[in-house]
Amino acid sequence: MAASEPSATPSAQTKRSLLDQLELDTRLLGMIGAFVLVCVVFNIMTDGRFLTPRNIFTLTVQTVSVAIMATGMVFIIVTRHIDLSVGAILAASSAVMAMTQTQYLPNALGLGLEHPLTPWITIAVGLVVGAAIGCFNGWLVGYQGIPAFIVTLGGFLVWRNVGWYQTSGQTIGPLDPTFMAFGGINGTLGVGLSWIFAALAVAATCWLLFQARRNKVSHDMTPKPLWAEVSLAGLLSALIIGFVWIMNSYEIPTRRLERLFEARGEIMPEGYTEGYGVPISVFLLIAIAIAMTVIARKTRLGRYIFATGGNPDAAELSGINTRLLTVKIFGLMGALCALSAVVASSRLANHTNDIGTLDELRVIAAAVIGGTALSGGIGTIYGAILGALIMQSLASGMAMMGVDAPLQNIVVGAVLVFAVWIDIQYRKRMGEKI
Amino acid sequence: MSAPLVELKDISIAFGGVRAVDRVSLDLHAGEVVGLLGHNGAGKSTLIKILSGAYQMDSGEIRINGEKATINSPRDARRYNIETIYQTLALADNLDAASNLFLGRELTTRLGLVDDAQMEAETRKIMARLNPNFKKLNEPVSALSGGQRQSVAIARAVYFNAKILIMDEPTAALGVHETQMVAELIQELKKQGLGIFLISHDTREMLELCDRVSVMKNGQMIGTERVEDVTEDDILSMIILGRKPGEEAA
Ligand SMILES: Nc1ncnc2c1ncn2[C@@H]1O[C@H](COP(=O)(O)OP(=O)(O)O)[C@@H](O)[C@H]1O
Ligand SMILES: [Mg+2]
Repeated sequence: MAASEPSATPSAQTKRSLLDQLELDTRLLGMIGAFVLVCVVFNIMTDGRFLTPRNIFTLTVQTVSVAIMATGMVFIIVTRHIDLSVGAILAASSAVMAMTQTQYLPNALGLGLEHPLTPWITIAVGLVVGAAIGCFNGWLVGYQGIPAFIVTLGGFLVWRNVGWYQTSGQTIGPLDPTFMAFGGINGTLGVGLSWIFAALAVAATCWLLFQARRNKVSHDMTPKPLWAEVSLAGLLSALIIGFVWIMNSYEIPTRRLERLFEARGEIMPEGYTEGYGVPISVFLLIAIAIAMTVIARKTRLGRYIFATGGNPDAAELSGINTRLLTVKIFGLMGALCALSAVVASSRLANHTNDIGTLDELRVIAAAVIGGTALSGGIGTIYGAILGALIMQSLASGMAMMGVDAPLQNIVVGAVLVFAVWIDIQYRKRMGEKI
Repeated sequence: MSAPLVELKDISIAFGGVRAVDRVSLDLHAGEVVGLLGHNGAGKSTLIKILSGAYQMDSGEIRINGEKATINSPRDARRYNIETIYQTLALADNLDAASNLFLGRELTTRLGLVDDAQMEAETRKIMARLNPNFKKLNEPVSALSGGQRQSVAIARAVYFNAKILIMDEPTAALGVHETQMVAELIQELKKQGLGIFLISHDTREMLELCDRVSVMKNGQMIGTERVEDVTEDDILSMIILGRKPGEEAA
């Protein structure tokens, strides 16, 4: 055997290099493992009620609002700031949007609910308000040098109550039907469109993996082994198809179908069934997740966010305008709060003054459980979404098991601290290895 | 003779009550290395940070190629082709070498997205020239040794065709071999016609590398000498006593 034969390498080293070769994100694997564990345990404890299409559908829909905001919170925490006002901004945007569609538009322009322009003007107004509040926060932090903790603690008290004055504290509803399509159960793609969505998503995933590979080869870098790439594509495709299949398997109740047919002046055929399909709100979350990931990884803005988080002085000395960057990040956070407000208020079918209460804590917890480091510079969008999903699974699972509310909070709080502890241990390990 | 590449005239800056730099004047020609010496706290870093745009001077004037220059930010300094290797390195530890090298000046694709593959390829090229041992291109720079981190900082200054290069204690964290590499690089860049400000505590090294050396103490300029006109002892006495050779104590 030749001396250079690689079979002589110790097995530990081969294993490590295999992991390297596959470029597997061990942190992501850990989070997925934790999520699967949570699901399986709850499924056993609830005699199989946890992993039904119905519950998975509900769980996903409940996660969307917090998950959307968590993607923005990643950027905030990565740059070593915090935003305690996201729940309040959500409430303020929700109030403005509720008033816009039920009062301002009908009174000023004569556009009533169900007018085709109403939902879109409403959402645009909400986005502007959310982004403006966020930018104002960012300006106070970036240009006036007030710590984000204080600015947003103030905002936490201010913005929800500004919303209160908009609506005089009243619950506003019903909302525009198209607007409410963003809520979840009232707006789904249906079985056919969902399958088309699945096909497109699978095609896009494979194409992206292929492009990345080609790009590497064209720059003389060694790509992953082909079998690994193909397995990854297969796994992701299976996940997409599996998810859509579950969403399609959740069937619309017969009574509701009957009413739908009645509304069209038809009679429902005997034994007819139809699945909900992918909720539009989930579709929105996926679109936001993709956009935020592209911003994080592929744009200058994202690069500057991470550089500033890693070393603010270095960023400054490299000519990055870190003050303006702060305004942009908080502005983006505000806009995402407004989008969450669309989802949250349409899910509840009305605006209430306490909408989004405690969301700031859920959002921060989701980002942190998802591996965003409060010391800055580290965090991922998919991590935050997984974090939101894990939090929501814990909450719904315990509710399903009939755990008392106080104990639920104790568990969620303990899990948050435990997750961060695990993360710190993991980083220490990695630090030692390198 | 043409105007100096850089003229610093009567530069002053104070932090609170501390006059960190007090009416200091200094110039630099193309193809010249000027060394700055002095105790810790003498004001060397502060002076060069004014030129690199990190600090704004209270009074004084900067001229570049004979023309008055306005440098209010690191961005402005880059417009004058001033590149700086800071004493504290100024790297974002969580990013890899390529992201650090191109920070603030990312290469982009036609779509306006950052072109990581292209930046990595460029980084690979320049690293092959500066530090052939450099391999960890895909790891955050926190995983690199002091010398490798230094190469990233140097690569950043060299890659963008600096005309004026500022090096604040570039060899402080380096071993003998790496220090030698930096010395060779300085000679090479000098031949290419760059003007270099070099800060170091190693007097002997400075006398080898520099054409002129300036000594600062308590924010003031003690004097600037051609290296062939002075001995190491002369320089040391300037640093310690704060007076030029042959000059009587004030
Ligand atoms: N950002 C700052 N704020 C306050 N004082 C500073 C700052 N930067 C430098 N100084 C002070 O200016 C003086 C000169 O420091 P410096 O230029 O770092 O010295 P050197 O680089 O020669 O060791 C020191 O007294 C230092 O404490
Ligand atoms: Mg210094």
